[in-house]
Amino acid sequence: MQTRRETLKQSAVVAGLLATAGFPQFAQAAFNKVAFDAKSVQDAAKAAGAASLAESKDVTITGPDIAENGAVVPLGASTTLAGVKQLLVLVEKNPAALVALFHVSDSIEANFATRAKMGQSSDVYAVAIMADGKAFFAKKEVKVTLGGCGG
Amino acid sequence: MADPMRIRAQASGDKATVRVLMSHEMESGQRKDAAGKLVPAWYIQEVTASLNGKQVLAAEWGPAVSKNPFMQFIIKGAKAGDKVAVTWKDNKGDTRTDEATVS
Repeated sequence: MQTRRETLKQSAVVAGLLATAGFPQFAQAAFNKVAFDAKSVQDAAKAAGAASLAESKDVTITGPDIAENGAVVPLGASTTLAGVKQLLVLVEKNPAALVALFHVSDSIEANFATRAKMGQSSDVYAVAIMADGKAFFAKKEVKVTLGGCGG
Repeated sequence: MADPMRIRAQASGDKATVRVLMSHEMESGQRKDAAGKLVPAWYIQEVTASLNGKQVLAAEWGPAVSKNPFMQFIIKGAKAGDKVAVTWKDNKGDTRTDEATVS
């Protein structure tokens, strides 16, 4: 159960952050090294172009409640929001939070699934970044019984 | 050269669900070898997909994507017989493209 205070705190951390100038355009999607080096969910979302971050029911993260093997954790991210530009999958307690970043185009649905490594039990996030810099997230706790950092 | 990808694209209605299984080590750069030295990171950075030659998806991955990565996405407006091509590029500059037909 998430308290209102926690929600406010998470939103407030990033609410004041400014959007980085310009989105990586679809055709020239260069590797966003800053976002992938970011340690926290907030920093990664900011580096990907999120100006504000709020929890939303329209964003969905799917994953197991308990992952037996942290080396292969199936995670899915989707959103029903229109105008989404990027969809991010993040694991909060990994050495670098950002796992994958998908650029959404008109001819593709904002619904992706992949597999991630997780070092320990953590919250996993799906973040949808809109064209205007607003970002919405959903999170889910995944318990890992065997860490994935050993390879 | 890396092993081929396994791509399965299935049409349902006016959409096609594409599942891709790539063959890649995805070394995270966090792991140490027997001598205690860090194994350098080696992972897929960029993944793109195209439908009949037109790019529909670009993705960027970090080292936290699991070994032999799996990816699933849904292309709108794809029908049986269309060609789906997937390309990846890793941080050593190695790249591979594979193609499949929507069924």
